[in-house]
Amino acid sequence: MSNPDDNDSRNTDNNVSDEHLPSEQGHGEVAPADDPFADPGLPPHEHRRQDIDERAAKRSERTVALLFTVSMLATIGFIASYVAIPIDKIVYIWPFGHISGLNFALGLTLGLALFCIGAGAVHWARTLMSDEEMVDERHPIQAAPEVKAQVLADFAAGTKESQFGRRKLVRTTLFGALALVPLSGVVLLRDLGPLPGDKLRHSKWKAGSLIINENTMQPLRPEDITVGSLTQAMPEGLDPHDHDFLVEIAKAAVMLVRLEPKDIKDPKSAEWGHEGILCFSKICTHIGCPATLYEQQTHHALCPCHQSTFDLADGARVLFGPAGHPLPQLRITVNDDGYLEALGDFEEPPGPSFWERG
Amino acid sequence: MSTATKTAEAPEASSSRGKAPAGERIADWADGRLGIYSLAKANLRKIFPDHWSFLLGEVCLYAFIILIATGVYLTLFFVPSMAEVEYHGSYGPMNGVLMSEAYASTLDISFEVRGGLLVRQIHHWAALIFVVGIFMHMMRVFFTGAFRKPREINWVFGFLLFVLALVTGLTGYSLPDDLLSGVGIRFMEGAILSVPIVGTYLQMFVFGGEFPGTDIIPRFFIAHVLLLPGIMAALVVAHLILIVYHKHTHYAGPGRKNTNVVGYPLFPVYMAKAGGFFFLVFGVITIIAATTTINGVWVLGPYRPDQITSNAQPDWYLGFSEGLVRMMPGWEWVIPGGYTLNFGLLVPLAVFPTMLMVIALYPFFENWVTKDRREHHIAERPRNAPTRTAFGVAWISWYLVALVAGGNDVIALKFDLSINTITWICRVSFFVLPVLVFWATRRVCLGLQRRDKEKVLHGRESGVIKKLPHGEFIEVHEPLSREQLHTLTAHDQYRPAELPPATDENGVRNKVGLIEKLRVKVSRGYFGESGQIAKPTAEEYREITEGHGHH
Amino acid sequence: MKKLSARRRHPLAALVVLIFALAVTGGLYAVLAPSGEAKAEDSAQSLAIEEGKKLYDVGCSSCHGAGGQGGTGGPSLVGVGAASVDFQVGTGRMPMAQPGPQAVVKPTVYDQAEIDQLAAYIASLGPGPAVPEAEAYDPAGGDPARGGELFRTNCSQCHNYTGQGGALTHGKFAPNLADVNPRHIYEAMLTGPQNMPSFPDGVLPEDAKRDIIAWLDATNTSESPNPGGLSLGGYGPVGEGFFAWTIGIGLLIAVAVWIAARSAKAKKS
Repeated sequence: MSNPDDNDSRNTDNNVSDEHLPSEQGHGEVAPADDPFADPGLPPHEHRRQDIDERAAKRSERTVALLFTVSMLATIGFIASYVAIPIDKIVYIWPFGHISGLNFALGLTLGLALFCIGAGAVHWARTLMSDEEMVDERHPIQAAPEVKAQVLADFAAGTKESQFGRRKLVRTTLFGALALVPLSGVVLLRDLGPLPGDKLRHSKWKAGSLIINENTMQPLRPEDITVGSLTQAMPEGLDPHDHDFLVEIAKAAVMLVRLEPKDIKDPKSAEWGHEGILCFSKICTHIGCPATLYEQQTHHALCPCHQSTFDLADGARVLFGPAGHPLPQLRITVNDDGYLEALGDFEEPPGPSFWERG
Repeated sequence: MSTATKTAEAPEASSSRGKAPAGERIADWADGRLGIYSLAKANLRKIFPDHWSFLLGEVCLYAFIILIATGVYLTLFFVPSMAEVEYHGSYGPMNGVLMSEAYASTLDISFEVRGGLLVRQIHHWAALIFVVGIFMHMMRVFFTGAFRKPREINWVFGFLLFVLALVTGLTGYSLPDDLLSGVGIRFMEGAILSVPIVGTYLQMFVFGGEFPGTDIIPRFFIAHVLLLPGIMAALVVAHLILIVYHKHTHYAGPGRKNTNVVGYPLFPVYMAKAGGFFFLVFGVITIIAATTTINGVWVLGPYRPDQITSNAQPDWYLGFSEGLVRMMPGWEWVIPGGYTLNFGLLVPLAVFPTMLMVIALYPFFENWVTKDRREHHIAERPRNAPTRTAFGVAWISWYLVALVAGGNDVIALKFDLSINTITWICRVSFFVLPVLVFWATRRVCLGLQRRDKEKVLHGRESGVIKKLPHGEFIEVHEPLSREQLHTLTAHDQYRPAELPPATDENGVRNKVGLIEKLRVKVSRGYFGESGQIAKPTAEEYREITEGHGHH
Repeated sequence: MKKLSARRRHPLAALVVLIFALAVTGGLYAVLAPSGEAKAEDSAQSLAIEEGKKLYDVGCSSCHGAGGQGGTGGPSLVGVGAASVDFQVGTGRMPMAQPGPQAVVKPTVYDQAEIDQLAAYIASLGPGPAVPEAEAYDPAGGDPARGGELFRTNCSQCHNYTGQGGALTHGKFAPNLADVNPRHIYEAMLTGPQNMPSFPDGVLPEDAKRDIIAWLDATNTSESPNPGGLSLGGYGPVGEGFFAWTIGIGLLIAVAVWIAARSAKAKKS
């Protein structure tokens, strides 16, 4: 527990010594002879050079005025730079490199103009304004008992006059009305968006979709994809100019890799591919970043957001990191024209997991 | 209120002297309507104590003002729209690239509007420094115990401002719709989707459909420029009013007591110093913005959900939440009924607010332990509250582990380490380090308390070596001044709580609840012999000083 | 414990502590530093095969085996092509100096003529990608904007948005591409050195590779403009946050200390 004797008096003690008067500071109170740790009171005020030497004060005045003048000049410099320097001018300034001349000039002049106002004001305050410390008394925040009693009485009177306690029916229905009325606001939020339905379960892939190389926008053939290569692809029928392109690519983006068939550990995964070509959703199952940091010797695919690591040789099993399940694999085959095509949509929803995912 | 109103400013009533000067007449006019004289009487000579650490809060205030000013300018040019356009502005390496209007207008601010790049960089740097300032300011308040009565509510206001700053930062980071900000939004989508039962519904409502859709940036925009800054501005005003009302804390020292505040008056000294500081902060941030790139969106490219960059991080203030996610192992359960619980996100999402609440609620915990109902206006030295200080430093170490984990890829790259090893070290440190740091900090605090006691009782080591007649060498200790003696002994020391006697005087058993028993235990840890060094008493001091000359 | 505290003021105590700390740091690094063995692929085709074979027998065969069939720690070089040799040896990655998670850039051991001979010899072992023509990787002929899009689709996930590099699993990393010879960038895309996947022409056609080189040339060389000022390493928010916590708040605290410091007092006389 606290130490009542030397503390309790503190916050109510208003009749302390009169040392708060600035003129009397420094004399301190006479410490009781028996307490070596007693408060000796504020130390006497010491003068600065500027207080006793007018030449020093003049020097301070000139410094402050100089700073304010530099600020004015810097503002003129700012306007001049704004007018004179073309916006696309790149200049080399050590150590910053090849930077925009306008940005540098504007920022430096504006920064200087602001800084000098501040430096001048502070220098003025530090050297010329009085630096005699002053004392302000604190007063307890808690109201005096008679004030509290008055307020409580007023409140009781008000409550009585309103008949709030007596008319129970008024009270209950008021609470009911107030509790219900915010519901309208909640209902109004309904049209913020559609219901999820099965939107998250399906992507643009369907049986027979050609696999389009994102780099060439041409359908891929098996011979394009060599062992150790990495190909970013999407389903046919998607055009970056479409208004729903980003929504669709967020679910349908895939990557294709080719492994030596003997390196594929998961037979089902091998069967879903074509001669070692495997097609995985590249959307990480954790929060949905593209997990495309593919290491061709280890066959690991890493996600740069939270380091979930998937083993593409083993059905994209999770090796490390916060992802909870493998990247979905797309079943592919080769059609009669020799192009790779999908055998259907992903069998499980691509992208980050969600409650109804199962 | 102020005891210092008697100086030049207070004019005698003017009517009798004929026509008053114009300034006074304007003031009279305003006083008749606003009562400004009474207001000024209380506040014009308000005293503020002088200490650099008391200016950290001002850094935040000024950064906030800078953010609003530059933010308003940016809204004049920014187009919060996700409509696709083909870019044909003056930045060559983006020519012809498909992008949202939001990203295109951000490029235009950087390359077509003269000074636009500067304002953008000031805005973003000010945002980073704003949150750094809040963090430092909170820690100053925490470690000096300035959150104690009567300032608990202001602590909560400050904490709310901290949280709102994080959210406002996140929404601002997302607006340019560049590759990194899009990844941030994608993270939000994943986080919302992981919420059990209602996740998919919430996601559809927040995004107006499937990710990314075309609604999220306009919605974030209005939150970032109107809703959040509006709430923050109101809280900032409340925060400031309470500071003025409570008067600032000061450190113990001669003449500085719990019942007064010692420093310089608002007018003129603090008007010049604080006003000047605003310009200094603005100037420094502007010079940083002139010389140092922040978020060079032009090389990031527009967001596409199938593209990504390595080193994908949020701004630093959310780095610790990023780290929590990176440390998390990949746990995911499919519960009966075919529902998925994605603990890889759910756990970090629960730990994130918990970490913040732990520090936010600490003041109430400490008050529960001390049961102290007095007002406190003396800022304590951290060493004199060892358990609190140790708790705070342990919390910072906890936070830092998560922050480091959030940058594990950059650290791995820069220091040639394995990202997996760093992650594992962070996983272990997250549980172990705070405990070690707590223990070590408490010991350091107790050691410093012991040294203070030593200094009070035996004086300060002068560095002068004396040879005694019998050949022994001793170092001369100089006694401390009265001011120092007072300063080093001015702090309060609580006594540990005690359980009431098992039976009262009538022999009836005292019932003590479990919670009270726990409180007594905690209190002993705080204030028992292991928790603090009893400060020197006058008797001890006299005993030693009376036998002087021996030492 | 008592003994220890008595001795900590010994004049040599600081030295002992220092040596101990160094040993701990070194030991920790040895434990933490990623280990493993890197593999590299190489190859060649053409004229001075004889000269190349001599160089090969002296410099490479201990790992890659006589005749390039692969050996202790070195993979087979049959069919890796001249481009691979030009990249691996031309960037100094080969011959490897020490085992590590991956071969790193070093000063080259061979001059360009010798590299060409080595490449010719390796190419003769089996068909593989040839060293590209100069125009194939001339950044002036590429479209940096399209290259940027291709870079963000194929490369930035590992190499960062302007090619500053990034971390991979277990100590492997994608290197910084700043100021790398465009020919080597082209060869890396073509051959997929070490853990980097390859981007054969069927996946990423020649002109697309040149566009990517043009993007890197426009954004990540020591000559490319950086309008905003210092780029802080180009790692994005981590570097920026570090700057804000050190220089940013540091400057402001310095200013605050100045504001609150007691002004100089006149000397007491």
